Amino acid sequence: MKDTIDLGKKRDDAFITEVEAHSGQKFSTCYQCGNCTAGCPAGFAYDRQVNQIMRGVQLGLRDKVLNSRSIWMCLSCSTCSLRCPNNIDVATVMETLRHMARKEKRVAVPKVEKFWFSFLDTVRAFGRSWEIGTMALYMLRSLRVFTDLDLAPEALKKQKLPFKPHSIPDGGAAAVTRIFKRYRERAKREGVRP
Amino acid sequence: MRIGVFICHCGSNIAATVDCAKAAEIAKSFPDVVYAADTMYTCAEPGQAAIEAAIHEHKLDGVVVASCSPRMHEATFRRTVERAGLNRYMFEMANIREHVSWIGKDKEANTNKTAELVKMAVAKLRNNSPLTAKTFDVTKKVLVIGGGVAGIQAALDCAEGGVPVILVERESTIGGKMAKLDKTFPTVDCSACILGPKMVDVAQHPNITLYAYSEVEEVSGYVGNFSVKIRRRASYVDWEKCTGCGACSEKCPSKKTPDAFNEFTGLTTAINIPFPQAIPKKAVINAAHCRQLTKGKCGVCAKTCPTGAIDYAMQDAFVTEEVGCIVAATGYELMDWTVYQEYGGGVWPDVITSLQYERLLSASGPTGGHIVRPSDGREPQTIVFIQCVGSRDKSIGRPYCSGFCCMYTAKQTILTKDHLPWSRSYVFYMDIRAPGKMYDEFTRRAVEEYGVEYIRGRVSAIYPDGQGRYVVMGADTLLGEQVEIKADMVVLAVGIEAARGAPGLAEKLRISYDAYGFYMESHVKLKPVETNTAGVFLAGVCQGAKDIPASVAQGSAAAAKVLALFARDKLENDPQTAQVDIRRCVGCGKCIRCCPFGAIKDSEIRGENKAQVIETVCQGCGLCTATCPQGAIQLAHATDNQILAEVNALCR
Repeated sequence: MKDTIDLGKKRDDAFITEVEAHSGQKFSTCYQCGNCTAGCPAGFAYDRQVNQIMRGVQLGLRDKVLNSRSIWMCLSCSTCSLRCPNNIDVATVMETLRHMARKEKRVAVPKVEKFWFSFLDTVRAFGRSWEIGTMALYMLRSLRVFTDLDLAPEALKKQKLPFKPHSIPDGGAAAVTRIFKRYRERAKREGVRP
Repeated sequence: MRIGVFICHCGSNIAATVDCAKAAEIAKSFPDVVYAADTMYTCAEPGQAAIEAAIHEHKLDGVVVASCSPRMHEATFRRTVERAGLNRYMFEMANIREHVSWIGKDKEANTNKTAELVKMAVAKLRNNSPLTAKTFDVTKKVLVIGGGVAGIQAALDCAEGGVPVILVERESTIGGKMAKLDKTFPTVDCSACILGPKMVDVAQHPNITLYAYSEVEEVSGYVGNFSVKIRRRASYVDWEKCTGCGACSEKCPSKKTPDAFNEFTGLTTAINIPFPQAIPKKAVINAAHCRQLTKGKCGVCAKTCPTGAIDYAMQDAFVTEEVGCIVAATGYELMDWTVYQEYGGGVWPDVITSLQYERLLSASGPTGGHIVRPSDGREPQTIVFIQCVGSRDKSIGRPYCSGFCCMYTAKQTILTKDHLPWSRSYVFYMDIRAPGKMYDEFTRRAVEEYGVEYIRGRVSAIYPDGQGRYVVMGADTLLGEQVEIKADMVVLAVGIEAARGAPGLAEKLRISYDAYGFYMESHVKLKPVETNTAGVFLAGVCQGAKDIPASVAQGSAAAAKVLALFARDKLENDPQTAQVDIRRCVGCGKCIRCCPFGAIKDSEIRGENKAQVIETVCQGCGLCTATCPQGAIQLAHATDNQILAEVNALCR
């Protein structure tokens, strides 16, 4: 059985202010029409629909929002932002919430984060994404060795899984690596996990 | 001169941040001030009585009240001093509420500012002189612009009151949007059956002159004496001869003319009468689609017409009418919903507007009242209604609610069930707005008795499924899930905007309009029918979204205003008009050229050209006084000397 939410006690005004400040969006302009939910292509994988995430922030329910799986399943396609009749950039809100959840060390779907690391590792190393490298790193990190392996033959046939990394002329890869380094240092200063 | 000063507390509105007693004390030191007091509510009866008593007791010949904006109570206090025997223009008002107490919290500074504003008012008053209004005749005739239900009601009520009415309608028939509706909520009675008799009354009333297929070209003059130039568009049919038999339309070979009356759901002929109950029931040729007018050969209608009414050479004609009042009832248009690319942007044939659906439901519509899909003529099984398309949507610049869509959508779902008992209707809504009498019960009836499925959420996209149906992707926010419906037909409750050309007409009438083209009433709550231009009134949706009962009520309200104005034989002008000092005037004529009202004319006085103000026409705008190089033209009650006295009082 679920407990009734005491809206007075649970309301975290600092949370609302923080999300508004970081995302640049004003939550009182959302009138809960549900158009963000209606168009969301990842909605099937959400534990709470987008408009419910928005509602959670409106009510200042920090735990409900930041512990949600939905913010990790978001594809950042921005259909929600495009459809919003009140010009709220909902995709940026989702992005903001992911950053906040990471800072608070609560990642509801760790394997999404692991996939990001795997992807970014290849970019850091080669300046561009390298599919097979991403795949291998993700398998090692998540121990999900057989995930989507059945798709490999088809992808190989279409030359979507090159064995060699893409190369960038004129030291592009090194330049990208430097960018990563800079950000890693900033993350260290601000106390965020890179 | 003996001046009395009254400083109002306005309860705590002023007294909370202004020391009124101290301000009154300071006022006593101003020149000519023989009496000063502070009162709780100066506008209340005891407050006004105190002013009257002070005028008698202290033999005052001028009064200053420091209180709210003159827009609120200047007229009140002018009447007060008049009752005590003073001229109403021997009164000045200092605004110490909006300009002082409401905008600052520092009591000492506020009190000083109050004293300074009073000082200015006293200085002005010392230079005032009594002014008297002139009277002028009223043309007891009214112009009603727009022949929708609001305009029809205003015209009929004025005509019943014995006032001759000129009714101008842009289309070839009156009836407006209501004539296009099949049934009306919440009684589901036939729209044509209840509007028809009113339209016939308009045609038959001896006091009403109807100019259909006409537009207002120019408006000049002022309350009581407007002059209106009306363009009678060329219909290419002599309406004196046309009997409305319809033979021309039957024979017309140009049968693929878009049918505007049916909201382009069907086709019609180039010469046609929009619908059977049209008033006037006269034929009009659509020049863009007539073979005779575009290619120069055809002439079938001219040969067919039994009365020889067809005239291909007809030109627009102009008539000028003199009227005393004008009622604007120009109505609305649906906004261009094709900005919604996610709903197909007008590409999918079975995604239609609510007004188009209304024509499909109507027995006089293109399908004879059968609901069929425009694409293939099949009866739809599943119909999805989407509300708030182009309403309450800031992202496309339409933040307002269109007011009546919730109700007509409920009506359309009920009619759908009546027409197609096996069909299933879904309504996507955000909120149900049904505050009228029997309105909420009506929407409940759609759900409880007709089994209409209301889904609380918006629709993100509509796309064809490739098998002739449409997938409607929405959300049910109450369920907290995404939902999808395969629909045969989608009806969009499209939001409204002001009628085409509404801002242009507003400029001709010299009335204001908002960012969306809706006309501005004089006061949101207390003057909903008046405009800021005397003698111009509003009726119907041109002022803002409203349904039929509200439009009819406002039509009657506008008529009441017209009849009240015409109850007087003479009107008084505002004597705050421009006055020419002929000794200074050099006859350069600059004032004549700059006057927006044509209120100044050239006249010869002892062989010299001089400007002369027509006092009843002058609106007191002051453009001429600012233009006159000699300072010869002065605006009464705002002369250079009066303004300079105020400046001196403040700056010295």
